[in-house]
Amino acid sequence: MAPERDEIPSDLALRVQALESLLIEKGIVDKAALDALVDTYENRIGPRNGARVVARAWVDAEYKRRLLDDASAAIAELGFTGMQGEHMVAVENTPTVHNIVVCTLCSCYPWPVLGLPPAWYKSPAYRARAVIDPRGVLRELGVHLKDDVAVRVWDSNAEVRYLVLPQRPAGTEQLNEEALARLVTRDAMVGVVRELELGEPA
Amino acid sequence: MNGIHDMGGMHGMGVVRTELDEPVFHAEWEARVFALRRAAGAWRRWNIDAMRHSVERVPPAEYLAAGYFGRQFLGFIELLIERGFVTRAEIESGRPAPGVPRLSPPLQADDVAQLVARGAPSSRATPAASRLRVGQSVRARDLNPLGHTRLPRYVRGRHGTVIRDHGVFVFPDTNAQFRGEQPQHLYGIRFGARELWGEGADARDAVYLDLWEDYLEAIG
Repeated sequence: MAPERDEIPSDLALRVQALESLLIEKGIVDKAALDALVDTYENRIGPRNGARVVARAWVDAEYKRRLLDDASAAIAELGFTGMQGEHMVAVENTPTVHNIVVCTLCSCYPWPVLGLPPAWYKSPAYRARAVIDPRGVLRELGVHLKDDVAVRVWDSNAEVRYLVLPQRPAGTEQLNEEALARLVTRDAMVGVVRELELGEPA
Repeated sequence: MNGIHDMGGMHGMGVVRTELDEPVFHAEWEARVFALRRAAGAWRRWNIDAMRHSVERVPPAEYLAAGYFGRQFLGFIELLIERGFVTRAEIESGRPAPGVPRLSPPLQADDVAQLVARGAPSSRATPAASRLRVGQSVRARDLNPLGHTRLPRYVRGRHGTVIRDHGVFVFPDTNAQFRGEQPQHLYGIRFGARELWGEGADARDAVYLDLWEDYLEAIG
């Protein structure tokens, strides 16, 4: 658990509840709409979407070209559009390039393809360090880069959102697109994982 | 503003800890804060830049202590008051002031799927002059505005290279203050890690940001 979460004032839950009641009473929000928003991001939109984009790019060279050329349009082909994914760019890992995404100023993240960001992505530690010490952060998270690998850090400071296209693991020639998508993890699409596992996906 | 939110390059924030099988929301109130901000936002009394600025203005100690959804909640209350949705007295009492008419209609459950799928693009069709070209050397200007900006401190005054022209986008610095969108070109800029962090940084590495025309000057 991210350290900052331990210090949350205990009355916050009550204050949020009071605000919700007030806003409903004033006609500013509707309870069923709030429930629908929560349900959307808890159950409908998540990293399985991004995994489908990645798997498609691995099996379809034309699609990959479109993804790297105009990610917003290529991702929309699979139906993933909207809030916090209006302007997408895909960045490709290669044997000599590793990409990692951060938002130092808040916690911007490509919602339509990855869902809402995990706590570590929003933590001050990650936001502060990913730009000045990406190799240190990666090492702590178990990513050991070879000597000839350059690190590209993408700070999502504007309205462009970044999706890392990980390398297809060796030994997956026999797998179809659906099976490939199951190998792709959220953390690989943010760039804090480099090598995807062939076993049970996270 | 040179606030606590502008964290890039800070030390002392600890190690990055990931969590196995992390839930989307760790508590019910987090989910409600998320939904309340989106639902109230559907009235369009503010924009995404004003929303971000409301979070940045949470006092630094509270900003850190409250966590992500906590600071969003604290900023949201101020935004609701500033944009005339509620009064501070109503927040304190938890009751609507007598005689104030109800707003209608709020965002409905049936509208949510469309709101989410459509999003709110920040690009604009407005033509704008583009002074910079891909491949050009630039310097990020040393600007220290008191209001909202998306020019992080760690790149101010630093040299980089234009790698992409994203087209014309709403300018957050004015939009956050409701002083107009001032659409202008947004560029992808590459900064070498050593240019930003000195000789201790790895010469192979680079940091990329997206910076608006007004943040940049051509050099050479």
